[in-house]
Amino acid sequence: MIEKKCQKILNTYHTENGSVISILQDMQEVFGYIREDAVEWFSAKLNIPASSFFGVATFYSQFYLKPRGKNIVTACCGTACHVKGSEAIINRMRADLAVAVGEDTTADGQFTLETVACVGACSIAPVVIVNKKIFGGVTPEKSSGILKDYEKNSKG
Amino acid sequence: MAGQTKTRPGTRKVSRAGKKAKATTASRSKAQSGVQAVKDLTIKVCMGTGGLAAGSQDVIDEFAAQLRVCGITADIVKKCVNKTGCRGFCAKDVLVEITLDGETAVYQLVTPDKVSRIVQEHILGGDPVEQWLVGPEYHAFHDKQTKILLKQCGQIDPEDINAYIEIGGYEGVKKALSQTPFEVIEEVKSSGLRGRGGAGFPTGLKWEFCSMSSEAVRYIICNADEGDPGAFMDRAIIEGNPHSVLEGMIIGGYAIGAKEGYIYIRAEYPLAVGRLEIAIEQAKKRGFLGKNVLRSGYDFEIRIKQGAGAFVCGEASALMRSIEGKRGMPRAKLWRSAVKGLWDKPTVLNNVETFANIPLIILNGAEWYRGFGTERSTGTKVFALTGKMKNTGLIEVPMGMTLREMIFDIGGGMTGKNTLKAVQTGGPSGGCIPARHLDLPVDFDSLASVGSMMGSGSMVVVDQTTCMVDLAKFFITFTQHESCGKCVPCRIGTKRMLETLTRITEGRGREDDIDLLIELGNDIKNASLCGLGQSAPNPILSTIEFFREEYEAHIKYGRCPANVCKSLRQYLISPEACKMCGKCSRVCPSGAIKWEPRHTAELDKTKCVKCGACYDACPFNAIM
Ligand SMILES: Cc1cc2nc3c(=O)[nH]c(=O)nc-3n(C[C@H](O)[C@H](O)[C@H](O)COP(=O)(O)O)c2cc1C
Ligand code: FES
Repeated sequence: MIEKKCQKILNTYHTENGSVISILQDMQEVFGYIREDAVEWFSAKLNIPASSFFGVATFYSQFYLKPRGKNIVTACCGTACHVKGSEAIINRMRADLAVAVGEDTTADGQFTLETVACVGACSIAPVVIVNKKIFGGVTPEKSSGILKDYEKNSKG
Repeated sequence: MAGQTKTRPGTRKVSRAGKKAKATTASRSKAQSGVQAVKDLTIKVCMGTGGLAAGSQDVIDEFAAQLRVCGITADIVKKCVNKTGCRGFCAKDVLVEITLDGETAVYQLVTPDKVSRIVQEHILGGDPVEQWLVGPEYHAFHDKQTKILLKQCGQIDPEDINAYIEIGGYEGVKKALSQTPFEVIEEVKSSGLRGRGGAGFPTGLKWEFCSMSSEAVRYIICNADEGDPGAFMDRAIIEGNPHSVLEGMIIGGYAIGAKEGYIYIRAEYPLAVGRLEIAIEQAKKRGFLGKNVLRSGYDFEIRIKQGAGAFVCGEASALMRSIEGKRGMPRAKLWRSAVKGLWDKPTVLNNVETFANIPLIILNGAEWYRGFGTERSTGTKVFALTGKMKNTGLIEVPMGMTLREMIFDIGGGMTGKNTLKAVQTGGPSGGCIPARHLDLPVDFDSLASVGSMMGSGSMVVVDQTTCMVDLAKFFITFTQHESCGKCVPCRIGTKRMLETLTRITEGRGREDDIDLLIELGNDIKNASLCGLGQSAPNPILSTIEFFREEYEAHIKYGRCPANVCKSLRQYLISPEACKMCGKCSRVCPSGAIKWEPRHTAELDKTKCVKCGACYDACPFNAIM
């Protein structure tokens, strides 16, 4: 199963130098996170130690070593959003989703809450992104409303 | 907070934008072949990230649907409704510009339900809907600017190379290829252009160093990492006019003798990545890229590399390691990148905005370019005005304009009754400029003289509700998190600074903490390996210099003058307002809130760590 998918990724890249990051990006796109077995497959195929893959994967914050929720909620905490109160929004959403302290995914795997330092939409700060849809001018109240809509959709 | 949740999403593909572009070009050729034009009508809708967030796709769809209902054929609808990049005035998105029989009107804050009335009264009836038109602040916002880079953003379709060529695009490449590389470099040198990525290094000089190398293989890289949280001009330029960046890179590549170019762009900018991919494809088809560019014998290719979410990868040597597929760690500056850069070959790295300037300089000449700005900082600069102001957005002004003009004349001043306290420029590497320095001209050297820097051009305006100690803590949290960990001063020094600032904001500050921060800050600046560490203490040192009394209020009196620092507040639960939902109890990390279903929550003050989580979590404002 994973082999077929891995081979497909490999076909796009094997000629290029410096493809570790690109392979990891594609792996994450296909599997949703960085799978250990997939890394080992590539490591064997390309004769690159698995530690190089993990070294890169843990350096960049884009890579996840654990599966993530069905809906990805991203709150911006860049400068513009920070001075317009993003922290209160993040705290409210953590409470609404009941994400455990120290975790970022809800127990039922429906939502992952993460933060990002600026998505480049600072003029409509504070910004929250749910599954790539951008919401601007968010308040704690609005963020509760946004999450409710997604909760309904993912159940119904 | 940032430490607890994962940072940055992993986004990678944008294919919808690509399909749309094809549809537009196809319909254009059909429309030319005969369908009669009902009216001479153009509708331009902003489709930058700001516009999309405000719902511009829905607005476009609604226009298309309404016009179809009115009997204007679908082909014409597609031709008339243009997608454009950001025009800067994002605070009033969705902006829609309608040109009817030569007369142009701009609507602000358009939503799909307003479209039908605009179509009925304006497009069919000929009477613009006055109350929805942009107000005087829109004109003030635009009239005071000098747009040479952003001129086309918001005017042309970024997914159509013909639109760029029609306005003189790629003429710069033609002119450059008819000159020698030496002449091109001389022109850039004499324009006085300085890099827009932050440090302000003269671009022409950088190119000259590289062109003198004895190595045959060389690279040119465009830095589109835009890591400064609070800046988005590079994104807007790429989304609004991607070909201008490609053209700058082709000219640069020719000048330094590079056959390969890379664009290193943040994965957080999916729309920009998509538009670049389209632009590169189109430029290849037209012979501006690839083998034998415009039959000049010069070969040049551009590849896109997506970053993976690390601020330090904006730094030159770290960026090159990242393109090589490694951990993005900077290295000691034993050689300039112009000698040993990417794959240890001579390399030139420039910022997006720097490249976008190049075609204009080549086409109009260095003399023309020096006509803008000041003697030592020539040209214009794009700034991202954000924070507590009325007209937030992107502006382009000549170098040397004062902060006051930017914030009050263009930005329309502060929102509500707020008073301006400080302007933060340069992001995590820059500093805070207090209100009394508002008449400072903004150029590379003046900003440095007050302990800040140009950086990428972000300007975050803050008012009395922002605590400067908290803001300093915000930046050091960011840099500490993003430090790659290679050198000790940066890895451990920023950590100690963060601890000290945390202590102060929690009311546990010590008498000598301010002196400690200053000493640490200067040591980190002097001893760090790369620009990240060398500039990380700037936000702290500059807030201490200008707002020392705020630090003292926290340390000596346990008071936060802006009432921001949560540990210095007292929390209470109002039994009247409490609706017994229990959210506060669930988020409390120390178990200080007792709650059972159908009972009001109770706060045990002895256990409370004053983190403020309950305050933010309460939907009913019952916690004070
Ligand atoms: C920590 C750090 C982050 C940086 N981030 C960026 C960035 O996001 N974009 C950028 O263009 N330059 C950034 N720079 C500056 C680059 O190192 C480099 O100076 C610049 O891209 C050169 O282009 P220019 O001469 O056109 O300014 C950063 C520097 C440091 C030290
Ligand atoms: S700071 Fe949030 S979008 Fe830029």
